[in-house]
Amino acid sequence: MKPTDVSNPDHFHRVVDCQWACPAHTDVPGYIRLIAQGRFTEAYLLNRESNVFPGILGRVCDRPCEPACRRGRVDEKPVAICRLKRVAADGKGEIASHLPPVPARKNGKRIACVGAGCASLTVANDLLPLGYEITIFEKQREPGGLMRTNIPAFRLPTEVLSEEIHLITDRGVDLRLDTPVASMKALLERGFDAVFVGSGAPRGKNLDIPGRYEDPAHVHIGIDWLESVAFGHVTAIGRKVLIIGAGNTAMDCCRTSLRLGATDVKVMARKPLTLLKASDWEMEEALEESIEIIPCHAPRDFVLADKRVQGVDFDVLEYHEHDGRLESSILGSAFFPADDVILAIGQENAFPWIERDIGLEFDRWDVPKVDRRTMQSTRPGVFFGGDAAFGPENIIWAVEHGHQAAISIHQYCQGEEIQVRPPVGLHLASTKMGMHEWSYSNRYDTSGRRKVPHVGLTERFKNIRIEVELGFTPEQTGVEVERCLNCDIQTVFFAPKCIECDACIDVCPTACLTLAVNGEEEDLRGRLKAPANNRKQPLFVSEPLTQTGRVMVKDEDQCVHCGLCAERCPTAAWDMQKSLVKIPYASDLRGR
Amino acid sequence: MSFLQKPKVSHSGLPRNELGLSIRDYEGSMSTLCAGCGHDSVTAALIQAIWELNLPPHTIVKMSGIGCSSKTPAYFVEAAHGINAVHGRMPSIATGANAANRNLHYIGISGDGDSLSIGLGQFAHVLRRNVRMLYLIENNGVYGLTKGQFSASADLGSKAKKGEVNRQPPIDPVTLALELGGSFIARGFSGDKDQLVPLIKAGLMHDGFALLDVLSPCVTFNDHEGSTKSYAHTRHFDHPAAQADFVPRKIPIQAVYAGGEAIPVALHDGSTVILKKVAKDYNPVNREEAYQYIQEHRARGQIVTGLLYINEDQAEFHTLNGTASGALRDLPYADLCPGAAVLEEIQQRYR
Repeated sequence: MKPTDVSNPDHFHRVVDCQWACPAHTDVPGYIRLIAQGRFTEAYLLNRESNVFPGILGRVCDRPCEPACRRGRVDEKPVAICRLKRVAADGKGEIASHLPPVPARKNGKRIACVGAGCASLTVANDLLPLGYEITIFEKQREPGGLMRTNIPAFRLPTEVLSEEIHLITDRGVDLRLDTPVASMKALLERGFDAVFVGSGAPRGKNLDIPGRYEDPAHVHIGIDWLESVAFGHVTAIGRKVLIIGAGNTAMDCCRTSLRLGATDVKVMARKPLTLLKASDWEMEEALEESIEIIPCHAPRDFVLADKRVQGVDFDVLEYHEHDGRLESSILGSAFFPADDVILAIGQENAFPWIERDIGLEFDRWDVPKVDRRTMQSTRPGVFFGGDAAFGPENIIWAVEHGHQAAISIHQYCQGEEIQVRPPVGLHLASTKMGMHEWSYSNRYDTSGRRKVPHVGLTERFKNIRIEVELGFTPEQTGVEVERCLNCDIQTVFFAPKCIECDACIDVCPTACLTLAVNGEEEDLRGRLKAPANNRKQPLFVSEPLTQTGRVMVKDEDQCVHCGLCAERCPTAAWDMQKSLVKIPYASDLRGR
Repeated sequence: MSFLQKPKVSHSGLPRNELGLSIRDYEGSMSTLCAGCGHDSVTAALIQAIWELNLPPHTIVKMSGIGCSSKTPAYFVEAAHGINAVHGRMPSIATGANAANRNLHYIGISGDGDSLSIGLGQFAHVLRRNVRMLYLIENNGVYGLTKGQFSASADLGSKAKKGEVNRQPPIDPVTLALELGGSFIARGFSGDKDQLVPLIKAGLMHDGFALLDVLSPCVTFNDHEGSTKSYAHTRHFDHPAAQADFVPRKIPIQAVYAGGEAIPVALHDGSTVILKKVAKDYNPVNREEAYQYIQEHRARGQIVTGLLYINEDQAEFHTLNGTASGALRDLPYADLCPGAAVLEEIQQRYR
């Protein structure tokens, strides 16, 4: 194998599994370390730099970081990254004065954002300090988009949501509430320098089966119903409720039903349990509240009596694999009674307000064509982000879209080429403090993952606004932060210094290192001290060593960053260095 | 020296041996030797070999004298028996222990000072007696614990860290052992585990005294230019003569040995050592030829390594002395302590 190119920032960035997996590349070990030091405000600000909404995301993020977390490979369960983010948000001090100042003198460029959700707010957050004038058009009477309408208050309190939105809108955003945009053409004629569409995927999918439209008062579309609950238009539901679909919206619908008077709620899934779309933790929380999740049931028709829904007939399915594909066959049928039925089978984009003759192309699914890197549509100056861009994803992806769109909008407005993206940077600094001292907590803590406490099962249903999760106690926080393996403290190798004494190899607790005669990757992976079976982790291969010409190979997969290799190296060929991945934002382009 | 403890976590895919133990179950406490010390590599090789041999920890006895090398027993197989003896006197204690219980695996760890200076007499006699044990010398040519004076194995002309030149001829444990009638004589290098681990395994299964001289550089006092026991010097002048492949009992020998240049040697437990001649003109089963070869190459500055001499037919200590066939602890009390009348009878013989 060729020596690893460590000058490429991606090499060290990939080592930090959580940060690499996060769409917005949040510096997770960095903020966990700040929490460990009790510096909650700094931890919050570090979070905010990349993910903009730490308080919100600390509760409801889809947390792609956690399945990626190395602790999960070494010790079963990953670090409770999301929970710790909330600790930073809950413990923070005053934030507004720490944000980059918004200049009083504007740069003369006006940007329109459609929809006041997380994507548009991120665009505003990034462009305000550069002097842009931002106008956000929102059809609802409050900003927040689906964060407000689709996430129930018992998971995300409105105060937390409003506080983080205000941190942006109070900095001089021209926020037009109750102002739906009816025509893109008309908007474009208003002379904005760029337009950003962050209007979400607002249309819930329908289920066209017999009886669907006979009793509209008792058959609801999930996201519309959640929105009505959020704004107080709906305050009650029948005793028996069936939720059709088993994604995260279904989980929110079933738990919301329990808080509006339902006593018997069933989630009806077409697929088997192992293939359900909902996140594990959202399902766990629903199960904790005695929701029944019934798999392998496909709705066939609504059963009505006197134009009133009585329940739903289902086909009971059985799944079997055929040529690598899952196929179903019908075993029989089953009737489930219901007073109300909620459809939560997905959502999709809808752009009835965008004219099709303005140079903005749509693809064959009637979704605008958007460049994944620049977020620009086929009409220069019109950008998309969040669910509006590529269909339903999640908040953290929407934030990342917002960051990229902000960079593109700035480049576009300054007449620069938007395809030329600002480079990712990397900074490395040794953490060696003395003979045997490192500036990070390198002791491996064997504690298991802490479980966040919940409000009691009798208490929580009294009011829909009671937040179920209580957040970590200080004691739990103290343990959980030490579970982080400090993957950003990198093992950096200087081949010319190595005398091949084997000290690092002998001391490594997880058998990551091997001195070997070089070979092709397949061959080399088979000759390492411990089997390197995780193909997603590239091997580190050094330059040939001076004494024997062998190479130092590191399989990063289960390295716990304890620093013993560097500690035991007589020549400092290994060093533990803190890496700082410099993710570029629009503000980094200032003055270009 | 490290203040850290090795974390209680290991690779999730770590293999287990026949006893269900992983290699980490054969570790000892954290080494307090200098970072980069060859001795730590020897420790790692010992752990590897013992794990691969599936030895239960309680069947192992670790013994040593005094010196950096003699700290080694603390760093492997925590659950084994062990004793840290007086300087240079480990061979006597090993002989006594072996006399009492012949069923255990004895591992003596010594250094060039412990074996070739203060303990030379003891070393010579334990070798002559052919006591069944692995006797491993961690040889670095220097007294590290007293800050870097030449030891008895320092080569003529070798330079100390501050430039002083050694003018006394060295004692080479390998040629000495050939001279004294050793039955298993090998030399390895701490920086070459591929060679060292099979040597340790063969030594542990040898029916008699197995001398393993391991060049183990002192990274603090003897790893500079002008030293003849540094990592770089040893690598440059290493001359492997006979490679030893250890074949465990359960693998049929035909599966790995098809005849030809290599020499198979059966060990007492049913395993086999296959001696491959790396140097064409080397003969590891002829004492005189081996002696001559090693001396000739030493004159050229080359360090001959590998399993240099083996003789499985040489009678070991217990056979030589006609002792009890099992461990003394397993003898019935009446046999072990036959009483005053028998003692009287024995004493009568000498009157």
